Amino acid sequence: MASRETPEVNGGSLADIAFLLLIFFLVTTTMDTDTGITRLLPPEPEDQQETEVKVNKRNVLVVLLNRSDLLMVGGEVMDGLALKEKTVEFFTNPRGDESLPELEEQEVQFPPGSSSLLPPDGMWRGSVSKGVISLQNDRSTTYGKYLQVQNELVAAVNLLRNDFCKLYFDKEYDELNTNNPIEEEIQLGIRKIYKMNISESDPKSIGGRN
Amino acid sequence: MSKFKKSTGKGLQKINTSSLPDIVFMLLFFFMVATTMRETEVQVRVKVPEATEVKKLEKKSLVSYIYIGRPVAQMARMYGTEPLIQLNDKLVSEEGIPYEAIQDFVLFEREKLPEADKNKMVMSMRIDQDISMGKVDDVKQALRRAKSLIINYSAKKEYRDQGRQR
Repeated sequence: MASRETPEVNGGSLADIAFLLLIFFLVTTTMDTDTGITRLLPPEPEDQQETEVKVNKRNVLVVLLNRSDLLMVGGEVMDGLALKEKTVEFFTNPRGDESLPELEEQEVQFPPGSSSLLPPDGMWRGSVSKGVISLQNDRSTTYGKYLQVQNELVAAVNLLRNDFCKLYFDKEYDELNTNNPIEEEIQLGIRKIYKMNISESDPKSIGGRN
Repeated sequence: MSKFKKSTGKGLQKINTSSLPDIVFMLLFFFMVATTMRETEVQVRVKVPEATEVKKLEKKSLVSYIYIGRPVAQMARMYGTEPLIQLNDKLVSEEGIPYEAIQDFVLFEREKLPEADKNKMVMSMRIDQDISMGKVDDVKQALRRAKSLIINYSAKKEYRDQGRQR
């Protein structure tokens, strides 16, 4: 008797309602997450005085992009894809070349015991490049080309960092978890060894033939 | 034959659909979580370049957007076809370098952030790949002046065959 008094609620329309909401969210969803290359702009100088920083000529790799999107690296015209290798060579200077940047002996602290290739106190000793890349573009350079060059430069540094990370810590550099203090310290240490030394000059017209 | 008929007659029961809402709800929740609402209407045409070294932007709340591109077809009648700058949802229609507008925009966006995150603001630059760098350099100078130094060149992930990749 009691069961007759309370009939089951008809759940058939529940699906319809849910479908309606589902379709709404399907339509409004934009799945593409924001991706891009993050860079840091140099702070504006405090006074108008141009601060001249003395840098040895061999320590600078000048990357020029002219108005017709032609690329010149260290005095020679180059294809965009070859830039990465050139940059890697510039930063590592594997044969101690006189025309490539000086290397400086440095110590970088890593978490003790994090790698079998490091001494027990975790102190890495080795040479760090003093190289700086100077990127200059014309006002008429297209943004697409500019970003391609930026990308190659970043790729070169990332490659070096990743190789180091794999060698010492058996892990991809990208997979280091910054929420973990030990891995964060590793990341900061690697960043000290391979710095993202890309300087951009103040914009000016550097010209070039059309 | 008769046996067969009988069985079909009996088999013509309603399919139990009581679990259908559960399935649909599951999908619904997935999409609700994955959804990011399109807050701004982009009034300039932007086709961002491709790059291999792209990273995801982590904290959406810290990100403001600067679009640079030529106006979309509907807007072209009003604004012409010269490249324009759009700050979040506001189109800057003035000619020349909108230093003032960018400065105000940075201050306004920074005001919205909690105190601890004020210097972590990220400017996502969504720039059409055919825009000339002159315009981009102007915006970068304006951002430097406004002390908003973290920028992100928006780009799509590009997959390359040759060479090493990640």
